[in-house]
Amino acid sequence: MKNASIGGYILRRLLQTIPVILGVVIVNFLLLQLAPGDLATVIAGEAGGATPEYIAELRARFGQDQPLFVQLLNYMGNLLTFDLGYSFRQSAPVLDLLLDRLWPTLLLMGTTLMVSLSLGILLGLLAAFWVKTWKDHLISVTAVLLYATPLFWVGLMLVLVFAVKLDWFPTSGMENVVAFHEGWDRVWDIAHHLVLPTVTLSVFYLALYARLMRASMLEQRGLDYVTTARAKGLKDAQITRRHVFRNALLPVVTMAGVQTGSLLGGSVVVEAVFAWPGLGQLAYQSLFARDYNLLLGIFFLSAILVVVVNLLVDIIYVILDPRIRLR
Amino acid sequence: MTDAVLDIRDLHVALPAWSDRRHAVKGVSLTVNPREILCIVGESGSGKSMMGKAIMGLLPAPHVHADRGQILFEGRDLLTLGTEAMRAIRGGRIAMIFQEPMTALNPLMPVGRQIDEVLEVHTDLDAPARTARVRALIEDVHLPDPDRMMRSYPHQLSGGQRQRIVIAMALALEPALIIADEPTTALDVTTQAQILHLIKELQRKHGTSVLFITHDFGVVAEIADRVAVMRQGEVLEEGRADDVLVRPEHPYTQALVAAVPGLNPRNRAAETAPPLLEIRDLVRTYRLGGGLFSRNLREVKAVQSVSLSIPKGSSLALVGESGSGKTTMAKCVIGLERPDSGDILLDGQPMTGIGRAQMRAFRRDVQMVFQDPFASLNPRQKVGEIIAMGLVIWGTPRAQALEEARELLRLVGLQPEAADRYPHEFSGGQRQRIGIARALAVKPKLVVADEPVSALDVSVQKQVLELLDDLRRQFGLSMLFITHDLRVAATVCEEIAILQRGVIVEQGSTADIFANPQHGYTQSLLDAVPGRDWISSLPAA
Repeated sequence: MKNASIGGYILRRLLQTIPVILGVVIVNFLLLQLAPGDLATVIAGEAGGATPEYIAELRARFGQDQPLFVQLLNYMGNLLTFDLGYSFRQSAPVLDLLLDRLWPTLLLMGTTLMVSLSLGILLGLLAAFWVKTWKDHLISVTAVLLYATPLFWVGLMLVLVFAVKLDWFPTSGMENVVAFHEGWDRVWDIAHHLVLPTVTLSVFYLALYARLMRASMLEQRGLDYVTTARAKGLKDAQITRRHVFRNALLPVVTMAGVQTGSLLGGSVVVEAVFAWPGLGQLAYQSLFARDYNLLLGIFFLSAILVVVVNLLVDIIYVILDPRIRLR
Repeated sequence: MTDAVLDIRDLHVALPAWSDRRHAVKGVSLTVNPREILCIVGESGSGKSMMGKAIMGLLPAPHVHADRGQILFEGRDLLTLGTEAMRAIRGGRIAMIFQEPMTALNPLMPVGRQIDEVLEVHTDLDAPARTARVRALIEDVHLPDPDRMMRSYPHQLSGGQRQRIVIAMALALEPALIIADEPTTALDVTTQAQILHLIKELQRKHGTSVLFITHDFGVVAEIADRVAVMRQGEVLEEGRADDVLVRPEHPYTQALVAAVPGLNPRNRAAETAPPLLEIRDLVRTYRLGGGLFSRNLREVKAVQSVSLSIPKGSSLALVGESGSGKTTMAKCVIGLERPDSGDILLDGQPMTGIGRAQMRAFRRDVQMVFQDPFASLNPRQKVGEIIAMGLVIWGTPRAQALEEARELLRLVGLQPEAADRYPHEFSGGQRQRIGIARALAVKPKLVVADEPVSALDVSVQKQVLELLDDLRRQFGLSMLFITHDLRVAATVCEEIAILQRGVIVEQGSTADIFANPQHGYTQSLLDAVPGRDWISSLPAA
């Protein structure tokens, strides 16, 4: 029954995310302890060698001479005050670095989600509408091909064709930094840069949602309530719009929620290919620099992103499906 | 007769080329007169539903279509009407009520809106006028609190309430004809009685004609003015309900009427044997919800302090409607579900509060026959292996077990060669025989039969019940027979326990309970048996 308020539901769901994030924090921390080498050895190595005393001193400065659980407790204590530590490689607080890189990633994720969902749903609808005609086959086969093509390859080919050969879009970056655009010019510039990365990241999910939507539409169309609607004398278009569409959408929404995590993962590759200054690229760099503080911060932020998106999906689900109880 | 509401002439419905027969309906001619209820009776595959769909123009085109004949309605042949004209008739002049109230409504749309759609499509009424009409319709089908009901979603309503909504939808525009396709089959007996009553009441009030499709002669006796009996796409017999029910002429109709389980209770075996199964104060409560941060646990008391005993060689029927806890009881007895408290004793040995290994010994003594003969057999295993598996597990050599499986198949009335075939090659009734053979293979002491015949056609139902009875006598079996149907319970069991919301409200010998029901619920169950007066008037077989 929908008597419980949606506000209370969101609050309860937020409370439930606390143990999840706590678990993620602990697992991330322990996982990175397993990685060979630490910052001190890397710095020492880059300096061309150092005495054991110097390395020990470096470790003491980074707090790495403490027992493991003390380090963990320190880390968790700092997180409570949103202190994510200091990146000794980039010589800047981790939080500042993350916030700097967050919005390009959100922009890329957001547009990708919108493009892949809307186009995927549309193509799925059309394929179901034209089921078993050449148009349906065309959409379905294309979807399988897109589904099976690796992301980085799509990215490279798009760059090759549309940036290098045709010169329609820039090859990399998020904006033209030397042009110093202001206002709408800047927005336009960023949108221009955004096209290729978004298309690259979208194709896989677009194919996935299109196939799912097609299958879901066909399944729903055979159900009893559609026969009821036909027996009422509704037109086919009305049946599709009012009855089938919303029911068919539910599995796609679920899948979109599940896929946000992998969308973040995919953006690492895409950001690397297009030199997009987002979290993915930062993660890539910090991994090779053994900048564990920064890496932990990225993991933490990614976990929060995924949890928040899942919460959003659940709220959308409650609005779409009255059968979900707000308990 | 030109004043008939519906005049079907020589209707043929063709099936696709790959199916096992050419026509689902072949050469049916029927008329439905004003203000009458015509019942079409038939078993599965008789073409009765196809005919209903053909009238509504809802056949799954293009594979299935009417290829000959006429369906005359209000002076026009429905088979030759264009899409738009047909759409105007659907829901407007002819409405339909479906079998499954659980799935016939869109789960994401308030039911008021779903009724409203009919008015929106077929009339020029404005929104307030339509809302008023929807309200009146909901009151018409006797649903409480119309305003709240209109805003409710289907999942918030019970099966009976949903079926009332579907009926309200059908009545919305006062159609000349309502086609009701098994509208009460999926409902509990007491709900079925109420819905039948409602359909009849509304039909009188609005002067509608009804084409009522059913497989149950009890329902026919309850509601029909005229009857047509169908088999394999043809009408075998047609006439006034009183005539056909009392003096069926066609041998098939006679057989169908004879297969209706009578209300003649079995008598208890004379001597009292020691109990085989004893259940004492069984309690099983399900706890739902209760996540990490939610305190409000929901408890469902599925079984509350139930005590029963079944003497050796005897059989007890556990009768109850959906949600009464009868399936939970069965699961506890076969050890799939652990009771919260209480004892179950088999042959004096406790089955409760013991470990997994000790439980295993009981698995052989208690076997189950399931409701759904289609889902309960592994489709990838040959029938012989399905039956022999239990024996092999208990140490019988494979070759010998397969030999015994063939013998069992013969015993349940199938060819021994059936052992080498797969389940999908058999009909529902045959599969249920296989299920019974499987249960008997390990020579159990107790058979738990959970609604074993409710998925079968009446004539097949009768055969399976007779088979169960024979085997019981041959093997000296005891049986816990779970059913929602008092008629079936009366045919099979000497004793009956009536279960309502997890509590046994009445228990005793079948004869006593039928002659003199004590509890109000038992009385209402007995009253709800469709066609009760007619069945009682039949000569005892």
